[in-house]
Amino acid sequence: MTGAMTAPLLEVRDLQTHFHTRAGVVKAVDGVSFTLQPGQIIGLVGESGSGKTVTGFSLLGLVDPPGRIVGGSIRLDGQEMVGMAPDALRRLRGRRISMVFQDPSTTLNPVLTIGRQMVLALQAHEPMSAAAARDRSAAMLGRVGIPDARARLDAYPHEFSGGMRQRVAIAIAMAHSPGVIVADEPTTALDVSIQAQILHEMRALARESGTALIWISHDLATVSSMAERLLVMYAGRLVEEGPTASVLRDPRHPYTRGLLDSLPATARPGQLLNQIPGTTPSLLALPPGCPFAPRCGRATQRCSDDPPFVREPPRAFRCHHPLERVA
Amino acid sequence: MSAASTPLGRFWADFRESRVAVAALVVVVAIVLLAVAAPLIAPQNPYDLGGLSLLDARRPPGHVGSGGYIHVLGTDAQGRDLLSAILYGLQISVQIGLMAGCVALAAGAALGVTAAYAGGMVETVVMRIVDLQLSFPAILLALVLVALLGQGKAQLVTALVAAQYAYFARTAYGAATAERRKDYIEAATATPLSRRRIVFRHLLPNCMPPLIVVATVQIANSISLEATLSFLGLGLPVTEPSLGMLIANGFVYMMSGRYWISVYPGIALIVLIVAINLVGDQIRDQLNPRLRR
Amino acid sequence: MSAFMSLDRVSKRFDPRLTLGDRIAKRLGATVEDRPVRAVTEVSLEIARGETLGLVGESGCGKSTLGRIVAGILPPSAGTVLVDGEPVIVRGRKVTTRVQTVFQDPFASLDPRMRIGDIVAEGPIAHGLVARAEAPAMVRDWLARVGLDPDFAARYPHQFSGGQRQRVAIARALAMRPDLLVCDEPVASLDVSIQAQVINLFLDLRRDLGITCLFISHDLGVVRHVCDRVAIMYLGRIVEVGPTETVYRAPQHPYTRALLDSVPRLVLDDDALVEFNAITGEIPSPLAPPPGCTFHPRCPIAVDTCRAAVPALLEHGDGRRVACHVRAAERGDVDDPHVASWVPEPSARADSPG
Repeated sequence: MTGAMTAPLLEVRDLQTHFHTRAGVVKAVDGVSFTLQPGQIIGLVGESGSGKTVTGFSLLGLVDPPGRIVGGSIRLDGQEMVGMAPDALRRLRGRRISMVFQDPSTTLNPVLTIGRQMVLALQAHEPMSAAAARDRSAAMLGRVGIPDARARLDAYPHEFSGGMRQRVAIAIAMAHSPGVIVADEPTTALDVSIQAQILHEMRALARESGTALIWISHDLATVSSMAERLLVMYAGRLVEEGPTASVLRDPRHPYTRGLLDSLPATARPGQLLNQIPGTTPSLLALPPGCPFAPRCGRATQRCSDDPPFVREPPRAFRCHHPLERVA
Repeated sequence: MSAASTPLGRFWADFRESRVAVAALVVVVAIVLLAVAAPLIAPQNPYDLGGLSLLDARRPPGHVGSGGYIHVLGTDAQGRDLLSAILYGLQISVQIGLMAGCVALAAGAALGVTAAYAGGMVETVVMRIVDLQLSFPAILLALVLVALLGQGKAQLVTALVAAQYAYFARTAYGAATAERRKDYIEAATATPLSRRRIVFRHLLPNCMPPLIVVATVQIANSISLEATLSFLGLGLPVTEPSLGMLIANGFVYMMSGRYWISVYPGIALIVLIVAINLVGDQIRDQLNPRLRR
Repeated sequence: MSAFMSLDRVSKRFDPRLTLGDRIAKRLGATVEDRPVRAVTEVSLEIARGETLGLVGESGCGKSTLGRIVAGILPPSAGTVLVDGEPVIVRGRKVTTRVQTVFQDPFASLDPRMRIGDIVAEGPIAHGLVARAEAPAMVRDWLARVGLDPDFAARYPHQFSGGQRQRVAIARALAMRPDLLVCDEPVASLDVSIQAQVINLFLDLRRDLGITCLFISHDLGVVRHVCDRVAIMYLGRIVEVGPTETVYRAPQHPYTRALLDSVPRLVLDDDALVEFNAITGEIPSPLAPPPGCTFHPRCPIAVDTCRAAVPALLEHGDGRRVACHVRAAERGDVDDPHVASWVPEPSARADSPG
């Protein structure tokens, strides 16, 4: 499962996605690199403005103007996706790489039955008869834990609860057994008890079918319970990376530390939390050098130079003054 | 940042980006100014029957009349200088359009917002009356009312307001129904603030955007309604020729080649209405959140 | 010690308003939703002066509705709400300014067409708490206290971030000098790092002003951090209430236990195999709550009594109250005459979810 020696399924190198707005250029993703092994689950963590969602969208080629991938490379199974023709991208999307979105009530078309949507998704990539597609759809719904699957094919999205709709979205994403699924905050809009069910099922499904997962979220606890590796993003850049437990137990980047300290779970009840002062900078007016410097207690003059990405396998971080390594 | 911080400042900054809309706005402003300054710049007072001479009747553009000046756009059947008549006519159009539009806006908006906030029986009764009225064409209503009330500016404005307030009421009702659920209205209720304050200080200002759009359309509508009524001889009295009446009077001469008597007032009317509609279109597009990039 | 705020058997029921068209459709045999939503049923709670009570639950549990009832925005269908002995709502309208609210969505709870200085000053001026001439100084004072630059009073809400707007909302509520603050998911819409700032602000202000608070949230971690006592709600009823630490460390109601188990925890151990202990089934719709104990279809320890009768909220020791037949039996309270025997209406169906 670690697959250190096998060829990576997905290789992202120095990805840059910029938005050319009236007010200026927003560097939503500014030099992100990572690899994904077959069957691996990695977590992409950050707050709003970190670029995690845009990274996910870039992987699927779903970035709309005024946004554009302006640099870097995304290789899926060795195939370069940046600069690929829209038709070719469309053939890949859904088949080799697919996405589960945050809000299950807007992902599904409200005027089509679930069955129709699933059949459409299936027939988009594989020639098959409507009957065969229906059979496959019923089987898929059953696999994601929807009872009475065949009957439910004729139901409309509004007849399902939020958790059920998300399960349908997962079923559609897994329809063609893609190598990679990008999940963008898939459980954020769900209740805690339903979230637990979905987490459990997604992890089991991913393991069963050997699908790799990129789990994008702002919730450290959720991501940590799913992902083997954690990638922390801030202001469009990757600031820390490593095995999940290691990063959370022993963060090297001050932002990761700050993020952990902001969680009530890491402090005693009633105590003031070790908050990160200030707010995320506007991506239109990033200071030169490290974007976190204005809020960082450890910043010095040196930080006005972009910190290099330091690798200390299996960890990596981008900081001039990283926190000390705890034994 | 401070220049574009007020809602109006931001709006104007966006508006400026559309050249068509700015050009249209310039046209509207120019026409309004011309209309206001009509008594000062018109070479002749078309209402002064004593100053007219039948010798000047139906003269083509460029003819030098008995008053000693060039009739730039020709003269009409009574010998009126067409340019002056158009300027005065524009004044009437602008006056009536603005008055009818503003009063209808005030009445309709207050009605619609109050109905939405009051809810229950009040809401149902008021909105059913409004709906009933909306199912009649405005021109029909205006015709009936003018026939009942008689001729004159005040009567005309009243008829137009009665015909048009329903559009404002419905729009205001729709906007208020959406806004009244929002948290800031709940927060005002929770303070607690008086209902009157909530409706007029919070609800109404936030319902204004769609109302402004309707207002521009309805002002243009008022102008064309008035012109139509005057064309049919029902609007203002003959002594106060509005654009519609000028067009009507000149109609009989169209076939005999004396086109200018109808065409020039017609062009003036069209330019005014189109310009107002273009401005209204831009406002509507800007206020539509879905069209924002 | 009499409670500062008390809710006595508060219920809220939303009846659907059928239009004429709906009624005709129903006559013709169409299925028209005419069931009432019992958002809140027989809730009795107290908050002592200076205490912060957390109200926790998932969607459909009624915590937001209950919050609005306490805030004076919604009148209850039954029961009374008293703050320091005085009713909050009389004849459908709020009559006191002693209860103020901070709402969830910082982007919707401020009037976009008003400057924030005016937003903060509006209530106090309208209620005579401050003279119009002194309002600007008061506004500056409050803005500074919530950590905002006082010069921002002339700005509009859209010029602020979510965290800053929430601070304005807090200033607005506190400028009315309330005795009870209702916070309805005040940090749910904020980023984690901003959430920490607002939580800290809340803790500071609470300490300085000694304010009593009803803190509504779905986030169990935040509630544990901020609240002295916590009440768990499920489908409109309180299932457990007690001191926070006691409830979190040893939950007695099966739903509380399951809820706490479902919350993902930070994984700090390399070899930890994370087990997801999910509760089975879906949350039932408030339109068709299961008969008896509303949790029984999903409950791992349900018995026959649970299907038949609604459990009353009874003392469990440790300053706690639990609404569970099984726990009551364990305590030996089985023959307690307080056990409610609510018989469901004929139209209620025993829907099994999932």
